[in-house]
Amino acid sequence: MAAVPQTLEPVKLGSGYNTPWWASALKWGLIAAALALAAYVVQRLVANGSWLGVVITAFILLCILAVYATRRAIPMKYLLPGLILLVSLQIWPIVYTVATAFTNYGQGHTLSKQEAIDINVANSVKEVEGSERFKLSIAVPEGGDVATADLAFLLTKPDGSTYVGTKKGLEPLPADGVEKTDTGKITKAPGYTILNAREANKRSADLKAFAVPVSDTAGIKSVGISAAFQGAPTLKYDAAADTMTDTSVTPNVVYSPKNAYFTAPDGKTLATGWKENVGTKNFKTLLTNETIRAGFLKIFLWNVAFAAISVLSTFLLGMLLALLFNDPKLKGKGFYRSLLILPYAIPGFVTALVWASMFNQEFGLVNTLTHLNVDWLGNAWAAKAAILITNLWLGFPYMFLVCTGALQSIPSDVKEAAKIDGAGPFRTLRSITMPLLLVAVGPLLIASFAFNFNNFSLIYLLTQGGPFQSGDTSIGSTDLLITYAFRLAFSGASPNIGLASAVCIFIFFIVALMSYSGFRRTAQLEEVN
Amino acid sequence: MSNVTDAAAVAIPEGRAATSKAPRDVGGSTWWRHLLGVLALIWALFPIVFLVSAALNPAGSLQTSSLIPKEMSMGNFDTLFNDASRPYTSWYKNSMIISLVGSLGSVFIGACAAYAFSRLRFAGRRPGLLALLLLQMFPAMLTFPALYLTFAKLGDIIPALGLNSIWALILAYLGGAMGANVWLLKGYFDTIPKELDEAAKVDGASHARIFFTMTLRLVMPILVTVFMLSFVGLFSEFLLASIFLQDVDSQTLGVGLYSMSIGNEKNRLFGQFAAGALLASLPVVLLYLGFQKFLIGGMTQGSVK
Repeated sequence: MAAVPQTLEPVKLGSGYNTPWWASALKWGLIAAALALAAYVVQRLVANGSWLGVVITAFILLCILAVYATRRAIPMKYLLPGLILLVSLQIWPIVYTVATAFTNYGQGHTLSKQEAIDINVANSVKEVEGSERFKLSIAVPEGGDVATADLAFLLTKPDGSTYVGTKKGLEPLPADGVEKTDTGKITKAPGYTILNAREANKRSADLKAFAVPVSDTAGIKSVGISAAFQGAPTLKYDAAADTMTDTSVTPNVVYSPKNAYFTAPDGKTLATGWKENVGTKNFKTLLTNETIRAGFLKIFLWNVAFAAISVLSTFLLGMLLALLFNDPKLKGKGFYRSLLILPYAIPGFVTALVWASMFNQEFGLVNTLTHLNVDWLGNAWAAKAAILITNLWLGFPYMFLVCTGALQSIPSDVKEAAKIDGAGPFRTLRSITMPLLLVAVGPLLIASFAFNFNNFSLIYLLTQGGPFQSGDTSIGSTDLLITYAFRLAFSGASPNIGLASAVCIFIFFIVALMSYSGFRRTAQLEEVN
Repeated sequence: MSNVTDAAAVAIPEGRAATSKAPRDVGGSTWWRHLLGVLALIWALFPIVFLVSAALNPAGSLQTSSLIPKEMSMGNFDTLFNDASRPYTSWYKNSMIISLVGSLGSVFIGACAAYAFSRLRFAGRRPGLLALLLLQMFPAMLTFPALYLTFAKLGDIIPALGLNSIWALILAYLGGAMGANVWLLKGYFDTIPKELDEAAKVDGASHARIFFTMTLRLVMPILVTVFMLSFVGLFSEFLLASIFLQDVDSQTLGVGLYSMSIGNEKNRLFGQFAAGALLASLPVVLLYLGFQKFLIGGMTQGSVK
């Protein structure tokens, strides 16, 4: 506020405020920081060989300079930060989601075909009798998570020379800063974090699948966690025919590409597949695969019912309470309101987790208080009821607040006019209060519906989408589309991000359609009003 | 992420709340309203009472929990803070950093954008606003597979912004910052008389001076509201947090408490969990109770008289 009176006083036209020195310094400091950051990012990108990334970074930097280092483009000065974030973290993911929906991206299908060929070849390496062994230290690039980052082999040849092997190939490791034990095992190397025995053992599955491709005909594999050998692969790739031939058995088995795996005539596949375009297959699967389609329909119906019942129940309870407390003579309204707001103020994850405990069959509060013995979270219908009850508790204060605000905004003269015309309290409520209230909160009800339609955390934290019918762990009784997509992408037997993306696109169209028709309807309502 | 609905909640009360509070002459007594009110309070409060008593329950398991505590002890809090495999203080710190930095950034970006849309005239202003509204129909969390893949790749290039980093998560949240609140903010910016800007401009103030020293102060109430809503939204966000933060030390309260409440040990850990959940609720509850006025429509001051 303080600045306003100053500016209102009559001052000479254009007397001007000189920009304080620290503001200019801050501005140029921030531009310099952006430059430095971009330089760092570009250096990292070049090291990773991502030239597209370099171009994008340079473009963003040019935009920043053009907008902030000049006096032009004033609106952009205010929009650019949000715009960069919006494009890179909201629009790009949407595009990427759509693109992924047309691929088979998922477990076993994360690499390009060439990478998949290399890995399959490298994994077929068999030790050649009498070939030399390396001392091995298993490492990850510095800063990477020891449990998940890409593996690297730090190798010492019997002659003492050191190498680093990744899935890209073998490179010499400069001796600077490398420390070795007496036996030659590397204990420290700049740029790498060496895994200890326990951490290495935890990654034994990755180790089994990992091999360093040395050439088209040789690869390095580990034996245990401190030795490695170089050997010749038994699989050979024939680029002309696009087939892999296993030479370790006679007669040789020929694997040809099928469903993004190299597949033998008897149906056996090589372990690593590749990512490829599958066209509309994911969408077709959702619509035509018997089990998925039936489940998808079931999930969809429950999803709509869940969102609709949640909105209705919370709105009804909230509205009744708002009407209850909408009496000017009532004392202690603030007290009631402060306490009634509490369920809404408690973070959603706490609510869901606490109610999950209260619905525990053996020891839960709900069964104890009601002397029932309902298996709330284990029975399909009871779990649905449990979710709706929890969401009612969670959501009614919001509706209560909204309705209270809307009720207070209804002019009292309208009600008085109705009274003079002879309307009783219920008639006034039905013909005056309710229509006005609905016009005010209508859009909020639609927004609430759209929010609940994707209410991931409530379902996931309360039931994880379960209970599951025996034998079918992919589709639970309380799954929403989004929890289903989440399970498809990140858990279950074989994560399939491509299919999950297709589900997300379905959700998008459903939500967009509903919001659109909903908003049109409220627009009509308002016109009538 | 839930800002869309939350934000709308405030829009209604703020504008209209104060228009009429004229007393009406309604007959009858109010005792039945109190009776129903008390019933509503029991419904609203019993889970909270249960949570408090479970947190204070010395036995600390779900089997021994009850609505009214028989004995009280702070033992659960002791275990909570001294459990090395469940670093509650780290979770708390992570949650607070993510919510504070994320919502401050969100408010600032939103305010800048709202200033441009409300005060400046430029080509693409209206289409831009409409495009932002349309984008809100595609909830950011629906793109979680793509966000996961993007940040997994980003982590290879800039390790500080890979998965398992709270800064990467903040960045992911900030993607929606401009779209989520710009309409709410712009609506409020529009209520501030343009004459003020013009007077300042005549005096020779630059657009930056007008924005930082004048407009931002005048719209403070809506900034507080938007800050509060984003804070609560980010504090409770679970989906992205759970796929980004897998390392136990980098997790948020939501993800951490969830990991305590599943598995074989959930009944034994219940007291510890309840204590943690109770403390986790505090920031948001205090924020709501403290800023109730902002939430329920005391926001008619603010504009210049």
